Amino acid sequence: MSTRLSRGGRLIDRSKPMNFTFNGKRLRGFAGDTLASALLGADQMLVGRSFKYHRPRGIVASGVEEPNALLGLGRGARFEPDQRATTTELFEGADTASQNHWPSLDFDVGVVNNWAYRFLPAGFYYKTFMFPRVAWKHLFEPVIRRSAGLGRAPVDRDGDRYEQAYAFCDVLVAGGGVAGLAAALQAARAGKRVMVLEQTPHWGGRAPVDGGTIDGKPVADWIKSAVQDLERMSNVTLRNRCMVAGVHDHGHVIGYERVADHTPGDGRPRHRLWRIRAGEIISATGAIERPLAFAGNDVPGVMLASAVRDYVVNFAVSPGDRTVIVTNNDDAYRTAFALIDAGLIVAAIVDARPSATGDLVQKARARGIRVLEGRGIAKVKGTKRVTGVQICAQAGEGAALEDIACDCVAMSGGWSPVVHLWSHCGGKLIWDEARACFRPDATRPPTGDQGQPMVRAVGAANGALTLPEVLADAGGPAADAPAEGPIAAVWVMPQGAPDALRFKAFLDYQNDVKVSDVQLAAREGYTSVEHTKRYTTLGMATDQGKLSNINGLAVLSDALGQPIPATGTTTFRPPYEPISFGAIAGEARGEIFQPLRRTPMHDWHASQGAHWEPVGLWRRPYCYLRTGEGLQDAVRREIRNTRNAVGLLDASTLGKILVKGPDAGRFLDMMYTNMMSTLPVGKCRYGLMCNENGFLMDDGVVVRLSEDSWLCHTTSGGADRIHAHMEDWLQCEWWDWKVYTANLTEQFAQVAVVGPNARKLLEKLGGMDVSKEALPFMTWAEGTLGGVRARVFRISFSGELSYEIAVPASEGMAFWTRFLEAGADLGVMPYGTEALHVMRAEKGFIMIGDETDGTVIPQDLGLGWAISKKKADYIGKRAQERSHMASPDRWQLVGLETLDGSVLPDGVHAAAPGHNANGQRNVQGRVTSTYFSPTLNKGIAMGLVHRGPARMGEVLDFPVGADKVVQARIVDPVFYDKEGEKGNV
Amino acid sequence: MAQRRYSLFAVAREAMRFHSGWERAWTSPEPKKRYDVIVVGAGGHGLATAYYLGKNHGIRNIAVIEKGWLGGGNTGRNTTIIRSNYLQDPSAALYEKARALYEDLSQDLNYNVMFSPRGLLMLAQTEHEVRGYKRTVHANTLQGVETEWIDAKRVKDLVPIINIDGPRYPVLGALYQARGGTARHDAVAWGYARACSAMGMDIIQQCEVTGIRTANGRVQGIDTTKGAIDCGKLAIVVAGHSSVLAEMAGFRLPIESMALQALVSEPIKPCMDVVVMANTVHGYMSQSDKGEMVIGGGTDGFNNYTQRGSWQHIEETVRALIETFPMISRLKMLRQWGGIVDMTGDRSPILSTTPVENIFVNCGWGTGGFKAIPGSGWAMADLVARGQPGPLAADFGLNRFREGRFIDESVAAGVAH
Ligand SMILES: Cc1cc2nc3c(=O)[nH]c(=O)nc-3n(C[C@H](O)[C@H](O)[C@H](O)COP(=O)(O)OP(=O)(O)OC[C@H]3O[C@@H](n4cnc5c(N)ncnc54)[C@H](O)[C@@H]3O)c2cc1C
Repeated sequence: MSTRLSRGGRLIDRSKPMNFTFNGKRLRGFAGDTLASALLGADQMLVGRSFKYHRPRGIVASGVEEPNALLGLGRGARFEPDQRATTTELFEGADTASQNHWPSLDFDVGVVNNWAYRFLPAGFYYKTFMFPRVAWKHLFEPVIRRSAGLGRAPVDRDGDRYEQAYAFCDVLVAGGGVAGLAAALQAARAGKRVMVLEQTPHWGGRAPVDGGTIDGKPVADWIKSAVQDLERMSNVTLRNRCMVAGVHDHGHVIGYERVADHTPGDGRPRHRLWRIRAGEIISATGAIERPLAFAGNDVPGVMLASAVRDYVVNFAVSPGDRTVIVTNNDDAYRTAFALIDAGLIVAAIVDARPSATGDLVQKARARGIRVLEGRGIAKVKGTKRVTGVQICAQAGEGAALEDIACDCVAMSGGWSPVVHLWSHCGGKLIWDEARACFRPDATRPPTGDQGQPMVRAVGAANGALTLPEVLADAGGPAADAPAEGPIAAVWVMPQGAPDALRFKAFLDYQNDVKVSDVQLAAREGYTSVEHTKRYTTLGMATDQGKLSNINGLAVLSDALGQPIPATGTTTFRPPYEPISFGAIAGEARGEIFQPLRRTPMHDWHASQGAHWEPVGLWRRPYCYLRTGEGLQDAVRREIRNTRNAVGLLDASTLGKILVKGPDAGRFLDMMYTNMMSTLPVGKCRYGLMCNENGFLMDDGVVVRLSEDSWLCHTTSGGADRIHAHMEDWLQCEWWDWKVYTANLTEQFAQVAVVGPNARKLLEKLGGMDVSKEALPFMTWAEGTLGGVRARVFRISFSGELSYEIAVPASEGMAFWTRFLEAGADLGVMPYGTEALHVMRAEKGFIMIGDETDGTVIPQDLGLGWAISKKKADYIGKRAQERSHMASPDRWQLVGLETLDGSVLPDGVHAAAPGHNANGQRNVQGRVTSTYFSPTLNKGIAMGLVHRGPARMGEVLDFPVGADKVVQARIVDPVFYDKEGEKGNV
Repeated sequence: MAQRRYSLFAVAREAMRFHSGWERAWTSPEPKKRYDVIVVGAGGHGLATAYYLGKNHGIRNIAVIEKGWLGGGNTGRNTTIIRSNYLQDPSAALYEKARALYEDLSQDLNYNVMFSPRGLLMLAQTEHEVRGYKRTVHANTLQGVETEWIDAKRVKDLVPIINIDGPRYPVLGALYQARGGTARHDAVAWGYARACSAMGMDIIQQCEVTGIRTANGRVQGIDTTKGAIDCGKLAIVVAGHSSVLAEMAGFRLPIESMALQALVSEPIKPCMDVVVMANTVHGYMSQSDKGEMVIGGGTDGFNNYTQRGSWQHIEETVRALIETFPMISRLKMLRQWGGIVDMTGDRSPILSTTPVENIFVNCGWGTGGFKAIPGSGWAMADLVARGQPGPLAADFGLNRFREGRFIDESVAAGVAH
């Protein structure tokens, strides 16, 4: 039986009872309880089933290291699997359920695995399930998948929100135990900006349970005053319920604050993720007690000695009436006192050490507790609950000396410093023989940006395991506690345990890894600690080996006959304890999952039935749907209207990068394949930009604004990338050139006015001479158009008479409206990106991303004319001179027309006779863009074809799927207005 | 050395005696004075190279030299996705060869590598991607790689937990390879290692190569932390450390090394039976047999060797996946890690002769070489044995950089206006 005691409990508030359910059963706890203490208080020791053998499992620990008590918590949009009962605070109405069993926790068919345990040792699946071949996917794997996994998968969208925040400090203290508080006080008094993060809701850590005095006061009092002192200092921030999840390079610390897990639905964000830059990190993260490996050490009722004491002292919960304590060190004796003080029975203390003599041992004897020296537990009796233990000589092979009846076993295999934060960024460890633990090696710390030590471990996290040591290590005041005798490095009980016992002695509870598994791994040559881990899955459960790793590698070292440090540890990876994906994502979800960029006319588009297409972070209207129209109808209408009357395109998304300075011309000559330095002021030039490998990466119209400034238009999706590309060259290669760049994309709204009525429309707005003579093709002018300051570029991407007009973004919407009003009788109508695409294809203009894909050079696209022959160099020039690039055998741009006028499917390839050496069909080209042209009333396409331009008129076969072939003829890529008369008006 | 076969019966027999009779999966010998071939790097590619040298070419006097523990590089750190839906012919040929070998690898190695052709989807979330993936399907058809274009509804049927109509990037369809999937990464390395050992090859772990000895433009041997070893031929298969080894031999490689990260959630019951890659938002996810959601994202934008990556990538990846699979928001990240990936200028691997006679390199697998291990080993063995590339490796030589004959898979690098 586990039950609530009638008195005591330093963390619970008996005046505030709270109701909750477990597997539908209504239970009661108190404010201040964790789910685990509340369950234990309600006599619920059995809380789950293990991963592999589905063995019944109970609560083992009282903190983050808990491997068994993982529950499903909440319902619907607040359901969460795998929630640790030991670190989750109880709240009114909490709805909890155990996991990994069917049909029920008490009766789980999966337990057949347990009866077959002998057939399922570590790695058995690597040796079996190979025949017949198809059986793995269709039979074995589905069965394994179903029996593995822990909690149910959530179904609903998360009902909570999450927040992220930044912070900066000189010293970040991880852990609010006595070491952390002492270190924080010291740093704060030295004037440093200090942040102290503590993962639990309480300050002081273990010390109030373990006792002693600091600075002459009982620890609880010292903690209280230390916290008060810190709270009073303006240079200190204290945050509890906030765990340091990871230490990353350059002092970047991730804090995970569980803001509202204990008050769900109160409107606050559930979690807050802190990204902290810290000058120095103090790891005061304490230590975690290790279990001992003996047969049946996983039967519910076997717990860590420290946890037993925590439940009694903190929560007034008795894990059992009659407890046997088993230990290899003095600390566990404290558990005996806590139990007896609470009026419970300690049946015996089984001490593996041949002789135990420390202060605490003496005291135990003095209080009449039965202490058995040199003894171990041969096996635990009971299945769903401990009923007793069989005692044996630790030095022997497990012959039973005596049975002791009990319903709880409190075990202690010693303590392991929490070295995770020390190790995340490469801090090294040393093996401390005397204390039987790995602790930080102060001579090999993780280092910061200047090579300086970045993390300092203090207190138990640094291997200082007694209160006086802890305070001394953390720079705190003197402390006093009973002197402790030395620990014995005992891992397995009894020392000579035979197979039958080792096959039941668990190291990793959740993953069901036993002593025998690690020994098997060693026997089979998986001798590196990483191999053992992966072969046996030791330490890969949700506690990430917090309980099992050291014991496992001690067993491995023993099997290999080598000292523990020679075996070494596995790598400590963030996060210290699992953190929610919700917190990692923060507020960025749904509409604002990525920043949404809107042009000044965005809302208008939405109101006019825009069918959106994402382009980079922008959304652009693909077309504007009118009632009753399909997408295709709308696109065709927009094209016809633009070709016959006048269309408006919101071109604000086009990248606009200002390049300015005495060396700007020289710089642009390197950026573009064209000569930009000689472009006269007032003129526009279509420019191509290649990467170092010579491939075309962007295109756009470059405008000479003045003697020392150019405006470079880029593709909508490319603006940021191209700006970064420019800066990369300027900052890394040509840092001494006098050039400045500014991305002005969002400073301007840009409207393309396109079609035979375009000039008339501009003239109606009035204010500028936009005649053929005053503003010829590829020139621009500045002025006031319709009362708005504007730059008018005479450029065209459709072949029609066309102007692109840039106005200040703030005037964009008003300007757009003016066009609509003035153009009503000229047939003005907006068009979207798809109409833009079709019209440019009709005219044979290439589109970056369609005709190019990172493998295409300008020469392939018949754009040789845009490559200056006069320049000594430009980015990509040298690459384009390589033999394959200069070869006439490349695939080159052509137009394609199906013989029957149909539209070629997207992305089809032209087959060539025969197969290549790898048995693949030979190919000789592919379609890059393909559309139905409403203007020509037939399908048109562009493609890249082997020596294409020299093969005009040839018919190619385009296989579609396995048995269909579409035939198309190679034609000139300019389908519409070949002479260019439309624009030349 | 005769090795006992693994089977259900063997396990049953051993169960009777508490598994005390299992022998070592691979031996742990001291290096000999000389080998016909030394393979540096006991990752998947190195081990597979040795295996196929033995199996296909009868060369067995081989040492595989590993500075750490075998399989401990990227082979043991990746997200185990296997697919062959590549665009360019040479890539499709190589990756499809690998995928096809994976189908029978467990039987071939007598080690269950858990190849699980559970199906793989690459989501199209922009019109541009739709066109790109349709193009891939057409290319794959001609290449003999089975892929298909599926619409959003079919995507939803295959992946019930997916959100196909998110407000920003609704799913428009997907490129689907029904026989793409995953395998158990460690088992691939272990299975090859065991099979190599059974052929009498020496796998020498904890032995770092510190120098390469050449004379008259020809390899003589290597220096290691366990002493000097001579060799007839040398295969350098060390992924992120390729440039370091090349420098020892006196030549340079067009490789950059960067951190790529991955992470897993806590295990939950099966909820997704396929692999989903979402390239627009940039993240991918599958569910391991243990129940963990296995997640990967992008590489860091700078070079390093620390096997740790920048945190912001974790955030970006997780955001992308919550958008795609809203139900994961309440799962927790269990573990994150990084590996150093070897990136070439065209993001395709190098299988090549080198300026030094009898030295061969296999590297540049970057973010995606797990899927290639059997095919790469096959082609590399051929290259090493014959001294010149066969058809699978022919296009992946170092000379392609000089000639500009790239095998660029980065179709998604383009953008729409
Ligand atoms: C996070 C992540 C996710 C990935 N996801 C996928 C995926 O889903 N699908 C996919 O196909 N690929 C994926 N990859 C890529 C894949 O892991 C690699 O391409 C592949 O494993 C490379 O194998 P390898 O044998 O070449 O290299 P490695 O496995 O890295 O082996 C190289 C070996 O060389 C050894 N070595 C180095 N220097 C020396 C020396 N001087 N002397 C001796 N030995 C040396 C190293 O210790 C190492 O063991 C991913 C990679 C990472 C990092």
